[in-house]
Amino acid sequence: MPHDVATPAETELNVAVLVSVGRHPLTARARRADQDARAVEMALTLPDADVRLIHAGRHDDDSDSALRGYLGMGLASIGLLEQPSGADVVPALAAVLRDASPQLVLTGARAETGEGSGLLPYLLADWLGWPIVTGLAAVESVEHGMATVLQALPRGQRRRLRVRLPAIATVESSAPAARQSAFGPARRGGFDPETRDGVRDDALSEWHVQPARKRPKRLKIVKAASARDRFKAAAAKAQGGGGQVLEGATPEQGAEAIFKLLEEEGVVRRS
Amino acid sequence: MSDIVRRDPRREWIARNRLHPEHLAVRVDPHGTASPSEWPGPNGLTRRNPRAVGFIGPNGIKRIDRSGAQQAATQSGGRQAQPKDTRRRVDIDAPDFLVAVVPDMPGGRLSSHDRDLLGMARQLADADPERPGAVLAVVFVEPREAAFDEAGIDRLLSLGGAGEDGGGDARFDGYAPEARVAALQAVERELAPRHWLLPDSALGGADLGRRLAVRLGERPATQVWQIEADAVSETDWRCIARGAAGGTDMTRPLPRVAMALAECAEPVSETRHAARPVELTQGPPQVLARIEDLGAVAVDPAGVALGEAEFILSAGNGVKDWEAYHRAARILGATEGASRVAVDDGFMPRDRQVGATGTWVTARVYVAVGISGAIQHLQGIQSCEKVVAINLDGGCDMVKRADLAVIGDAGEILAALVAMVERYREQQQENRDAA
Ligand SMILES: Cc1cc2nc3c(=O)[nH]c(=O)nc-3n(C[C@H](O)[C@H](O)[C@H](O)COP(=O)(O)OP(=O)(O)OC[C@H]3O[C@@H](n4cnc5c(N)ncnc54)[C@H](O)[C@@H]3O)c2cc1C
Repeated sequence: MPHDVATPAETELNVAVLVSVGRHPLTARARRADQDARAVEMALTLPDADVRLIHAGRHDDDSDSALRGYLGMGLASIGLLEQPSGADVVPALAAVLRDASPQLVLTGARAETGEGSGLLPYLLADWLGWPIVTGLAAVESVEHGMATVLQALPRGQRRRLRVRLPAIATVESSAPAARQSAFGPARRGGFDPETRDGVRDDALSEWHVQPARKRPKRLKIVKAASARDRFKAAAAKAQGGGGQVLEGATPEQGAEAIFKLLEEEGVVRRS
Repeated sequence: MSDIVRRDPRREWIARNRLHPEHLAVRVDPHGTASPSEWPGPNGLTRRNPRAVGFIGPNGIKRIDRSGAQQAATQSGGRQAQPKDTRRRVDIDAPDFLVAVVPDMPGGRLSSHDRDLLGMARQLADADPERPGAVLAVVFVEPREAAFDEAGIDRLLSLGGAGEDGGGDARFDGYAPEARVAALQAVERELAPRHWLLPDSALGGADLGRRLAVRLGERPATQVWQIEADAVSETDWRCIARGAAGGTDMTRPLPRVAMALAECAEPVSETRHAARPVELTQGPPQVLARIEDLGAVAVDPAGVALGEAEFILSAGNGVKDWEAYHRAARILGATEGASRVAVDDGFMPRDRQVGATGTWVTARVYVAVGISGAIQHLQGIQSCEKVVAINLDGGCDMVKRADLAVIGDAGEILAALVAMVERYREQQQENRDAA
């Protein structure tokens, strides 16, 4: 559904965002999922994009208020595929996407409820035969059926990728934060129900699920033959060991040694 | 050198014979080793010189170490300078099955996450001593100082590496998940490992593992943090995996493909493995890449959070010319850090302080300029991989911690380094223009 009905331009980019019902980490209440909301935000900031939201799952009171969180970001409606709870939503979503044929599908990297394995985008990509890119930080440009995107790497680094469209891209918490959800649009927005046959996920119901246990903290075990070695290991200051010391060298020689190390580690950029 | 004590009967005889002309020389050192405090006397009795026991400590005071370590060191001379490797060597000739591990190897080294994962692979491989499995590591990057044998790898399939010269394959460099998955599928076809284990790390194994699982048609276990033997399960193992954004624990049979979290198992420490190279008979297949890596994007290093930064140039009380320091950080493309003194004196903002009361940094390369290495500061850089110290004082703690220490004036060395980097960039630019 176009969120901006006024200008249906010719070059419009067709974007579908897959959204799920999240769960607040502390209160456990249903809410819009954080990563999915970031995906919606990214889609809404794309120029000339026709954004369409799709949710597959049950529609009840809880999920209604959570899904309205997305509508409150400024969308008129959400496409809703009613599925029983605990269903495998991949076949239904793949069928819908095949029919709608968007150029870009955005979604959060993993769900906040259920198995939360983050496998769904990969399965969809495999079903549809589209490429998939993870950790999207920004879409720079879309032209000639190719998108140039920035991928967020650990440590705040970015990598530029070019992907052939149509493609699926997942968004993690490194993407820009989602805008607030406004109450008025959230009330006004509606749902476009669509029915697809659900497939039960039998394996999931066979697993034993319990609230997460705290993981045991790893102890530092010192394997030493004698008490003296164990004491030394426990009381030792950081001693590096085997470090190279350049003493009495000229500043140029010192700088050269440092430069060599920096280059070996690949931290100095070429330009 | 071996540790077998070689006896020299002639020298022993001279040592017992007080009238022998060489007696005095030999008495000091009857076995050819320096042990002046103890020797066999003429009647077969052991004689001791209590004054020759012990050593002179750092403060000029005589110390006697009764733990035996000192004694051993003096007795065997240079022999024990290197602690003997007591780890058992393991070489599995005909493995019953393979456990394939695809380590991330950031920077060409096995990360601690990779080592934990290899520890888990060993649990799977060594469960049945009658029918041992072998751990196969599939490596896509050029290894650097990667101690494969110590980490518990029996078979090593090295696919990546330098593009033109190293005989490796440039196809796998950078972000090339499609080529990598195709190669892993080739491994699956030829070697058919029983288990696939990958680290569940952002953009490393997490991405690759999910792609692989989908291609193999397996439903993988993700965020696994423990595995246990389980006779009921199909694969004889069950695993505990985090679900619902870390909110639940799911206990389920271990599938063929699993992605595990850090600290999922203890890393291997007691054995050394053969790390025998293996090769694919057909070589990895060519794939049509629909994702093209256009390379890293220069990000403003000042905008990177200190705790996340990869390369930090940290300044302490030894920095005098702050303008030059800021310029050096800008030209090197390093994130700025500081010691507490530099912050307290108002030269650097508070959020740049590294150490116990500042930020614990995880940089791969940490350059400490004029920082003495107080324990509060060293705590903050515990997890840094390479530490470079620039300091006037060759005896300070930072130099002891550093992998490379340059003794000299910080200002001069930084200036030389900046000049070198600028020259290097100019050359690169010229080369590019010429090409
Ligand atoms: C409770 C507590 C918490 C603390 N927490 C922290 C913390 O989180 N982080 C922290 O950093 N500190 C912390 N400190 C302070 C810490 O103990 C040290 O005082 C501080 O780290 C020293 O900083 P520095 O190495 O820059 O200065 P100094 O110790 O003065 O060292 C300066 C170094 O520069 C060298 N130098 C001098 N001139 C030159 C030159 N021209 N060229 C090259 N080298 C030169 C000197 O040889 C010397 O090694 C804490 C202290 C306390 C008591």
